[in-house]
Amino acid sequence: MAQQLLEVTDLHTQFFTRDGVVRAVDGVTFEVAAGETLGIVGESGCGKSVTALSLMRLIPVPPGKIVKGSIMFDGADVLKMDDDEVRGIRGNNIAMIFQDPMTSLNPVLTISRQISEALELHLKMDKSEARKRTIELLDLVGIPSAKKRVDDYPHQFSGGMRQRVMIAMALSCNPKLILADEPTTALDVTIQAQILDLLKNLAREFRTAFILITHDLGVVAGMTQRIHVMYGGKIVEKADTAELFANPKMPYTWGLLRSIPRLDERRKAKLVPIEGLPPDLIAPPPGCRFEPRCQYRREICREKEPELEHIPNSKPDHEARCWGTQQGGWLVDTDWHKEVGDTRVIEEIKQEVAQLPPEPKPGDVPPPPTAI
Amino acid sequence: MLRYVIRRLLLIIPTMFFVALITFTLAHATPGSPFDRNENKPLPQATIDRLNRYYGVDQPIPVQFVTYIGNLLRGDLGLSFTKGRPVADIIGQGIGTSAQLGVQALLLALAFSIPLGIISALKQNTAADYVSLMFATVGTTIPSFVIAIFLIYIFGVTLRFFPITGWGTWQNEVMPTVVLALGPGAFLTRITRASMLEAIKQDYVRTARGKGLSERVVVVGHVLKNALIPIATIIGPATAALITGSFVIESLFNVPGVGRLFVISIEQRDYPTIMSTTMLYAFLIMIANITVDILYGVLDPRIKVA
Amino acid sequence: MATTLTTEQRRSIGSRLERKQRSLWGDALRRLLRNRAAVVGLAVIGFAAFVAVFAGVLAPYDPIAQDPPKQLMEPIWTKAFGGKYTDPAFLLGSDALGRDMLSRLMYGSRIGLVVGFVPVTIIFFIGMSVGMLAGYLGGWVDNFLMRLTDVIYAFPDLLFVIIIVAMLRSTSAGDVMGGLLVIFVGIAVVNWVGLARLVRGQVLSIKHREFVEAARAVGASPIWIMTRHIFPNILAPVIVSVAFAIPGALLTEATLSFIGIGIKPPTPSLGTMIADGFVVFSTTPWPVLLPALCISVLLLAFTFVGDGLRDALDPRSST
Repeated sequence: MAQQLLEVTDLHTQFFTRDGVVRAVDGVTFEVAAGETLGIVGESGCGKSVTALSLMRLIPVPPGKIVKGSIMFDGADVLKMDDDEVRGIRGNNIAMIFQDPMTSLNPVLTISRQISEALELHLKMDKSEARKRTIELLDLVGIPSAKKRVDDYPHQFSGGMRQRVMIAMALSCNPKLILADEPTTALDVTIQAQILDLLKNLAREFRTAFILITHDLGVVAGMTQRIHVMYGGKIVEKADTAELFANPKMPYTWGLLRSIPRLDERRKAKLVPIEGLPPDLIAPPPGCRFEPRCQYRREICREKEPELEHIPNSKPDHEARCWGTQQGGWLVDTDWHKEVGDTRVIEEIKQEVAQLPPEPKPGDVPPPPTAI
Repeated sequence: MLRYVIRRLLLIIPTMFFVALITFTLAHATPGSPFDRNENKPLPQATIDRLNRYYGVDQPIPVQFVTYIGNLLRGDLGLSFTKGRPVADIIGQGIGTSAQLGVQALLLALAFSIPLGIISALKQNTAADYVSLMFATVGTTIPSFVIAIFLIYIFGVTLRFFPITGWGTWQNEVMPTVVLALGPGAFLTRITRASMLEAIKQDYVRTARGKGLSERVVVVGHVLKNALIPIATIIGPATAALITGSFVIESLFNVPGVGRLFVISIEQRDYPTIMSTTMLYAFLIMIANITVDILYGVLDPRIKVA
Repeated sequence: MATTLTTEQRRSIGSRLERKQRSLWGDALRRLLRNRAAVVGLAVIGFAAFVAVFAGVLAPYDPIAQDPPKQLMEPIWTKAFGGKYTDPAFLLGSDALGRDMLSRLMYGSRIGLVVGFVPVTIIFFIGMSVGMLAGYLGGWVDNFLMRLTDVIYAFPDLLFVIIIVAMLRSTSAGDVMGGLLVIFVGIAVVNWVGLARLVRGQVLSIKHREFVEAARAVGASPIWIMTRHIFPNILAPVIVSVAFAIPGALLTEATLSFIGIGIKPPTPSLGTMIADGFVVFSTTPWPVLLPALCISVLLLAFTFVGDGLRDALDPRSST
């Protein structure tokens, strides 16, 4: 196997709050090869963004802290670097595209200033070189009349254009790895497709490795080579993209797939939400993290946590964290398209949620999230 | 931009007219003559009448007001009731001192409170933060003359570092300047801390860190630049605080400025002097407010002043 | 298979949901009482109020009775440091006219609290009514309010109060309650406008919310809507603003008295005590230091409570 660009091993990131320790990332291991694209998928609050921020050591300390693990990037452990060394990597070797382009650009600085800054710092360009390069970059990400707009302020750009600026900023120093954290979530649907196209083309053109973080399986489908599904601070399923869509092996992934609309499905197929509440990361369930919401659960799921293991009847690099689908499990032969599991369990989960103390003013506070 | 400034400056005229009207009405609403209220040594009626005629206060109030405005437009602020000299001269004598005191105090306040607020925000919940929060609370809560009393007691009476009254030498100027700076300085510390804390948690700060910028560049180039916008608003209230502070501080330290003049003329009911000083203060406040609005436009590209 | 959430988890989810369930006011009170500075402030105010109410019983002397041979006594503890001018009859010493400092401080605090609360009550009623009318009905009330604030904002507050008080002092109203009435009027006239403007803004921001529209739709009268629907919903910021107006009024009175246009002698107020004592300050500092200390403690106490209330009622804006 080729030398990996990024190797994350047993990463634990925690937040120390008044209510207790939030185990936002709880033992995550994965790797990305140079030029590879990886998707990390999961509901909000499952630890995806914290994983990404941990890679660049951008977790706010306190309350956050990376308590365990290693992040080998290009042969060096990011977690063992001093602050100067980390800053030498940020924006230079690893760049990040943030979720909300409306708030992620500094409102009082011109676009030119915000992109040139990194060029001057990492590539030691002088002001006029940096400005020239900035215009090229803006051209590259499809900003019309870049030369004229380079001295504009962020508020003079639309949301989609600002995200293009963010992408230009991320590409500016030719990083080896770009982390894109929900890059299209804050945008209109039509703009989303354009931005995704742009990202896809640029990744190919620059041979940059990409980690695309999203809650939307639909977004990663055409974008990434491999997909990791996260739930409750852990990776619960790893597979290459085609395999994951064709042959998912974890009931949570099934739930995610059932809840996205598909054009090629037969008409009868309904969108099925995942019942129940996402896990409390201060006091996570002792067994499988997904057990409280799983329609296929059995006693063992509550008692003991399954390991991330290779699953029979799947490609060699396909792993999942599930007692049911592992060797000898009761879900090995289950066709998730047809069998929805035990409907009585679904009712049970609904009842448990209903038994929780009522909200103060119904309608004022949104009901507990039941779907993705 | 220029048109905006000119329009704002022109708007001062009607507001000043109303300020004059209100102050004038209040000053003349009280019955009787300003010269018949000395209970200890009542003046003979003939003298009062003569004084009334001399100062024009025997006319009906609307007539007096029109005369006053007419004189004002010609730059004549009237005669002081108690000193018998033109008010313009009296104010002219004190205004240099007051301006010097005010500017010194403002610069001092800016010099210590902005760094203090920044440190406080960057080192949130440390000893440095608590000290500056304490300073901010005490400085905004306790009136300057009370703080002055404690300082005079410590540095003037007990340690004898500085003289406790007078003006002219630098030793004289230290205590009034420090005391006058405390109130606005404390307020400014609070605002700086709050707006730094607000700016520092914004997404764009994470973006800046993500570029690999050093913490100093992040704080100065990204955070402070945004935090300065709310800090600029304080120039209005700070001017007001310096003015009202100057009444008490100048009286307390016997500084021969407009503030002390105002307090004396209030005690002596010297209406022409009260009128003129009040209008001077209102004018300064309006200029300060216009400065704030212009600064806003300069600091924040999202605001178009036009 | 009945339980899928562990009991521990259920409890943790339950307790978190329950926290939301408490009422806004109960929750705010709890937060206020958790704030140590605010509790200390409340205790100090409670103590001051007790002293103020029972000053007639507690004070050892008549605060205006002069005892010329016993002038400028120092507090008794100075004896321990070699002070010669102490008298056990005057615990905190006496002023230049031989009046007992302890008694004067007690009565002075009474005046201070009265000046803190009375004008603020007036401000609350006027500001609230005008602000609600202006915000809810708009029209000429609104126009009048906005124009008025424009003019009043051109003055520093204290300057305006000084002018009003200085002018009214020389009328017959100036002698009512030792000059207190004029001070009430001065503070109220200048400050109600700010509160009215705050209330107006709040009303404007909620007057088109669903629950108000709903009440209008079922035919509720404007008075009913204002008192039953709008009032409770804008109360929180108003309480905070009023809480800060109390030390503001106290401070104004002290400043007025200090520059000689406040409470008329011989009525003791903390500000006049400072002004009177200042003449002998460099030789005998106590008649100035003691009232200065009292007023500082009182002002800080009110500010702590105000800060606590603000944090308790609006946890987001804690700065």
